[in-house]
Amino acid sequence: MQRLNPKTKRSFLEFGYILPFLIIVLLFSYFPLYGWVYAFHDYKPPFPIGADTFVGFKWFATIINNPTRLKGVFRVLRNTFAMSGISLFFSWFPMIFAVFLNEIKNKSFRKFTQTVTTLPNFISWVLVYAFAFTLFGTNGAVNSVLKDLGVIEKSIPFLQSSEHIWFKMWLWLTWKNAGWAAIMYLAAISGIDEQMIEAAKVDGATRMQIIWHITIPSLLPTYFVIVMLNLANFLSNGMEQYYVFQNAFNKDFIEVLDLYVYNLSTSGTGMYPLSTAISILKSVVSVVLLFATNTVSKLIRGEGFI
Amino acid sequence: MEKTEISRRDLRARTRIRTSVSDRIIDVVTYIVYVLFAFVCVYPFYYIIINSISANNLSERGKVVFWPLEVHFKNYESVMKIPGLWDAARNSILRTVIGTVLTVIIAAFLGYMFTRQTMWHRKLWYRMVTVTMYVNAGIIPWFLSMKLLGMTNNFWGYIFPMIIQPFYIVLCKTYCESVPQALQDAAEIDGAGTLRIFFRIMLPVIKPILATIAVFAAVNQWNAFQDTLLLMTKKELYTLQYVLFQYINQASSLKALVSNNTSTSALMASLAHAATATSIRMTVTVVVVFPIMCVYPFFQKFFTKGIMIGAVKG
Repeated sequence: MQRLNPKTKRSFLEFGYILPFLIIVLLFSYFPLYGWVYAFHDYKPPFPIGADTFVGFKWFATIINNPTRLKGVFRVLRNTFAMSGISLFFSWFPMIFAVFLNEIKNKSFRKFTQTVTTLPNFISWVLVYAFAFTLFGTNGAVNSVLKDLGVIEKSIPFLQSSEHIWFKMWLWLTWKNAGWAAIMYLAAISGIDEQMIEAAKVDGATRMQIIWHITIPSLLPTYFVIVMLNLANFLSNGMEQYYVFQNAFNKDFIEVLDLYVYNLSTSGTGMYPLSTAISILKSVVSVVLLFATNTVSKLIRGEGFI
Repeated sequence: MEKTEISRRDLRARTRIRTSVSDRIIDVVTYIVYVLFAFVCVYPFYYIIINSISANNLSERGKVVFWPLEVHFKNYESVMKIPGLWDAARNSILRTVIGTVLTVIIAAFLGYMFTRQTMWHRKLWYRMVTVTMYVNAGIIPWFLSMKLLGMTNNFWGYIFPMIIQPFYIVLCKTYCESVPQALQDAAEIDGAGTLRIFFRIMLPVIKPILATIAVFAAVNQWNAFQDTLLLMTKKELYTLQYVLFQYINQASSLKALVSNNTSTSALMASLAHAATATSIRMTVTVVVVFPIMCVYPFFQKFFTKGIMIGAVKG
């Protein structure tokens, strides 16, 4: 037998070093995809699936054929579209936040504001909800102050109602993320050519004119990427925020697709196949969205973001 | 000739006045808006802290708004007596420490290994790892396969699914590529093997990026909530985040604790100090948020650096 030359040996040895980690990736990232087969079976835990439980596209058909199911899907799609839509509509907010933060001349105040507004990004949604509960609960500070001032007589159930829930969810999201999202724009602002601004000043441009004609146009490429990412994730708002904020009063309006899939599965183990079927459909649409936005980005910007 | 000169000067003077007035207005408005914004971001943290040390009968009715009233620290004493909380704290700390260490080491090692041109099919493996950033099976398939892998009701369920983070690996690889190749070449001539080069040469050099990754991984581990929700049913495996959520959302889980507490010590403790559902909730919230608040000011520059690198990539 021929002996391996040292180069080939090394090349295999290096592969050997990473092999254990590749196995972890296979097990924890690729193996879950195998779980998609459950959508094609009559799976009733703890009985394992087999040839006899195979039902083809039965569960996919139920989504359309069962009127209550179809209604439910439309309801959560409405919520998903509404909340993603609001986020998309206000996606310029962190940019404007950064632009005017940059206008603050007092350096220590600017630094302080930036530090403080970024902090909420690093706490979990559970903690956000804990804050919301203590501040806006029926016995919370907001209700107590409003009552003391005589503005209201009875506590307002801010959390236990579906009123303006989509907008409230956007507010919490913004409270948590705006400062963080602004950092990227602040970096882009510091990259703007100082000479351009000086030249504009010499020509007598006002501050608003500089912002409008120099700062914002140079931020638009970054903004464009953010909008594209927003579009790619249009169906995936995640479930954590909505899960912690949901209750019997607001459930019909807060349930987004990701949360619906989870809630469905907890309503009984028999629901596993159906919720898997829905998440498969979601994944397919999301992949299409990702490639579509990436293509648009390539056409307009010359490069994609994948 | 002279006339135009005057009018031009006049015009310039007038513009200067106009700009300075509009400048003032912009300044004032920006300051007000940002002071408000900063207040809104800080106040909830402040509110929860002053309430956890104020008289419980006042904080329960939302009367502690500006500063602490009748300061006492009994709440922290009563919270320490909740048996489940120690388990939860231990789990949260353990998963944060173990998870962070492993995530960082793996990101560093794989990031470096993926720069090794000599590796067999290097590009294929690199792609295999990075594609997982966009692969998401969905909650139920994920849960069912984790169950098959024995990750349910198992502490390692907090660790294994999270330790390989493709994004961090990409960051490390990019950083390794920016290190001069000559450094590795010199070591290789001296006869150092792949592993030796990694541990002796690359690891010390890429420390800055590892610090950033460590901070992010630690915050993610500390804040994780969904994996407990999906994988764990045993009480002794709950994390602080999960226990806090239960305290807020399931009044029943707290009622038992409170009544237990009142039956034994209500006679001794005054109304201001006796534990209530609200006081426990607020105190536990402080316990959970405190580590983040302590760590944040010192590591802020790492956070900022993290998003910059991410931005360059995106």
